[in-house]
Amino acid sequence: MSFKTDLKYSDVTPRADYLNRRQIMAGLGGVALGSIAGPGFAAGQYSTDATPNTLEDISSYNNFYEFGFGKEDPAEYAHTLTTDPWSVQVDGLVDKPGNYDLADLLTGMDIEERIYRFRCVEAWSMVIPWNGFQLSQLLEKVGVQPSAKYVYFETLVRPEEMPGQKGASLDWPYREGLRLDEAMNPLTLVATGIYGEDLPNQNGAPLRLVVPWKYGFKSIKSIVRISLMDSQPQATWNMQNPAEYGFYSNVNPTVSHPRWSQATERKIGGGLFARRQETLMFNGYGEQVANMYDGMDLTANF
Amino acid sequence: MNVSRTINNALRMVPAWSLYIMGVLPPVWLFYLGLTGGLGVDPIKAMEHEIGKLGLQVLVFGLAITPLRKLTGLNLMKFRRALGLIGFFYIALHLLVWLVLDVQILGQIWADIIKRPYITVGMAALIAMIPLAVTSNNWSIRKLGGASWKKLHKVVYGAVLLGGVHYTMVGKVWQSEALMYLAVITTLLAMRLPLAKWRLKAAKAP
Repeated sequence: MSFKTDLKYSDVTPRADYLNRRQIMAGLGGVALGSIAGPGFAAGQYSTDATPNTLEDISSYNNFYEFGFGKEDPAEYAHTLTTDPWSVQVDGLVDKPGNYDLADLLTGMDIEERIYRFRCVEAWSMVIPWNGFQLSQLLEKVGVQPSAKYVYFETLVRPEEMPGQKGASLDWPYREGLRLDEAMNPLTLVATGIYGEDLPNQNGAPLRLVVPWKYGFKSIKSIVRISLMDSQPQATWNMQNPAEYGFYSNVNPTVSHPRWSQATERKIGGGLFARRQETLMFNGYGEQVANMYDGMDLTANF
Repeated sequence: MNVSRTINNALRMVPAWSLYIMGVLPPVWLFYLGLTGGLGVDPIKAMEHEIGKLGLQVLVFGLAITPLRKLTGLNLMKFRRALGLIGFFYIALHLLVWLVLDVQILGQIWADIIKRPYITVGMAALIAMIPLAVTSNNWSIRKLGGASWKKLHKVVYGAVLLGGVHYTMVGKVWQSEALMYLAVITTLLAMRLPLAKWRLKAAKAP
């Protein structure tokens, strides 16, 4: 059985001390960045009023194959990941391409709290209070050229810190993409925090995508490249098994996956006798996103 | 060979029925852990996977008993029935956890068994073991006659192989752990092929 610690979340450094320490370090190093999670605002128009999962749920049960196949592997191994310094290559059909330092990329972004449902293709789900900004804001900042139709993302490749990349289980780097209208949808978030704290490494620090109406694997973690393209980009799971994972991968209870029925899901955190709940079309975000797929056959374009 | 003889002598004092008592402990322990938060934030999946893997381990160990005796002289033959039944018991619990705690919805269970190949394969392995479990008693051996009873129980080879295949199919990518199980199972089965038997005999001859 996997490693278990007796430490509880309450055993870590109190938040006040932790912030204090950060300020001292910021003062010493002249680093103005500090916490990138930003302030936690009250639930806005895009947030669900469902009860969020605990930070323990969210940070101890992850799919992040860069750190191993097991759900507990990322929590065990991701502490080795260096997230500072961090830069993001922005290229392709943009007005201001470049290798952006994280702090420069985040300048001017309005970070807010978004409590979203999160639905994994493996038929489990959580409710997560993210902190982040709309991807649209970032895209406006770097200037999207008229010929761009898709946005492509890549995760960091650093096998010495990401033990899962030493094996050839997936074709690294992890890749994902969105259609431009999906990327510009106000629901599409670039998350930098959870519960008002910086993202835990295992959740995709220092910045990750959150696309709440799509299966979780679309929400790519630890992003180092954002590229604007005029044709549909590669996406890792789609490359791995195109019959099982489509490019769109919208949450759809009527389209059964070869491995899992998608009609129902189990919310993590309910214990040994947790009841399944019905999965909602577009994970319950149909009002905001359904019109983007008008006239499209969602069974063929799964 | 001396080590094997010492162990064989020591094992003479261990009655086979003690395995049944020990065999009950892991599922009880897992259930206790599941109730008290010891299996992480998704105890249902954790329990389902742990008990399935445990069942496969016990059954693989059962397959290793004959090769072990031939290669090292270690004689665990009297424990083989108990191991087979305990392995079957764990796999049946694995199914039960899946049915009752995981899938929950009756209509979906049958669809899953038919539509999802890894479940079809796992289910076939379990069903193949039912007649073996039912006839794992002296009365059945007498009733069927030693030869046909033996023939029937060779079905376990196929069942364990299907179990290993089921495990490799569960992963979304090729996972080394599952592939290792499959490699061990294949090796243990290959040692029973006529050619392997002949080579073993040749190796042992002075």
